[in-house]
Amino acid sequence: MNPSMAITEAPGLFTANGLTGLIFLVMMAVTLIGGLIACTAERLVRSVAGLIVCFIGVAALYYFLNSPFVALMQILIYVGAVCITIAFAIMLAAPEENKKNGPAGPLSGPLAFITAGIVTIGLIVMAMRAKFTSLPKVNGGSVKEIGIQFLTSYSMVFELISIVLLIAIIGALVIARAGRSK
Amino acid sequence: MSLTLLNVIVAVVIAIAFAAVNAAYLVWAERRGAARIQRRPGPNINGPFGLLQPPLDGIKLMTKQLMIPGGADKILFMVAPVLAMAPAIMSFVTIPFSEGIAAHNMELGVLVIFAFASMGAMAILFAGWGSRNKYSVMASVRAVSQNVSYEIPMLITAITVVMTTGSMDLKEISMAQSGGFWHWNIFPSLQSPLMPISFIIFFICSLAETNRAPFDLGEAESELVAGFHTEYGSMGFGLFFMGEYANIVIGASLTTILFLGGWDCPFGMFPGVWWFLLKIYLLIATFIWIRWTFPRTTIYGLLNLSWKILIPISLFNLLLTAGLLKVF
Repeated sequence: MNPSMAITEAPGLFTANGLTGLIFLVMMAVTLIGGLIACTAERLVRSVAGLIVCFIGVAALYYFLNSPFVALMQILIYVGAVCITIAFAIMLAAPEENKKNGPAGPLSGPLAFITAGIVTIGLIVMAMRAKFTSLPKVNGGSVKEIGIQFLTSYSMVFELISIVLLIAIIGALVIARAGRSK
Repeated sequence: MSLTLLNVIVAVVIAIAFAAVNAAYLVWAERRGAARIQRRPGPNINGPFGLLQPPLDGIKLMTKQLMIPGGADKILFMVAPVLAMAPAIMSFVTIPFSEGIAAHNMELGVLVIFAFASMGAMAILFAGWGSRNKYSVMASVRAVSQNVSYEIPMLITAITVVMTTGSMDLKEISMAQSGGFWHWNIFPSLQSPLMPISFIIFFICSLAETNRAPFDLGEAESELVAGFHTEYGSMGFGLFFMGEYANIVIGASLTTILFLGGWDCPFGMFPGVWWFLLKIYLLIATFIWIRWTFPRTTIYGLLNLSWKILIPISLFNLLLTAGLLKVF
């Protein structure tokens, strides 16, 4: 795709580009709707459901971007593990449903709008100015290539992440065992 | 392009049909098997050997009214049965039944099945929470904690197999085991001498993942009425049932592919889809046999088994296999 070329006319719906765009829009819609549900639902369990929809939309985007491994990991880890953990926390805490939060300060609404507006305009400006160059396909998303990259070029990052996870596990164990000795 | 689209549609239709037929007739097999083990006749009135029972049950379920309990969370209540069935069907798409019969062979087949299987827990969670019934909530908490804790040893064991084969492609894993039963992954090899134990761990985990007895704490009918689907009638219940049996078929297929050589014949004769089907139905028969001969465990026994026995053993097995792969 030529980055400097402005989009003068929309591609027809039944061309390859048109269909790709349509699929992309559907995925965006799924992600955004999921995010909206997660933010606005009154019941916390529904928020988790919205989060799952959002994650599935993101996974679809990864698949769309030709990296099935990341997409499946997104489903396996975020939907299968993170959301389940959140749902567990909700069930154990048994929050009061339909409970309204206390009144927000008078400035919170306008400030939120202003912040959101600034972020949106900034992103739009960045997107319009950015030069989109199509990069060569790195490795076709194959697991073998990803593994080799992890243990050669990015081994430092990989090890650091595993240390972070190890610390998290030890911390969880310490917290969980604190009440046991009595 | 259009041909692949047609392929996908045909594959999805076949997957749904296969799942539905299996679900219907596995219920029949389960009831007949239970009856045989308990020395009673079982369903034998409708048609020869009671073979017309499943379609009649289906008609009965479909004609019933779908009741939604008053305090229930309507959306979650309606979504849960669909969520129980859909991932199971999606997993079927990547399972190779024989060398030529695979809807869409993916390089990441093992991961696809585990990713979709992990979504099944959400259905149970939504069903239990959406029903607004104490028994349902308790059952869903149990079932989900069980699913989460048995997913870990299952994944680690699968990784052991993936490491020895060097591929996540289900087709390649089966192909690597072809040529007689001594090539199958279930038998110990130089690189992974603990393979039989892996197989047992994987089998136990697939029992637990599909909520089957002796691990059916999510549906313990003597304690929790009917578990997470207490409030479901008509086809909502039907979908949960079909999802469960579809998951059993997937578990048996995955065990067959990873450990029992897929469609390979034990004696090297006529490899094909019939061997695959024979193996999965033998495994399913074992599932049924175990369900009706073992008593239910307790929830603590169940979680202890996973965290204190299965996970350490499977981790040790993983380390050993990794070390031996380097040596040999």
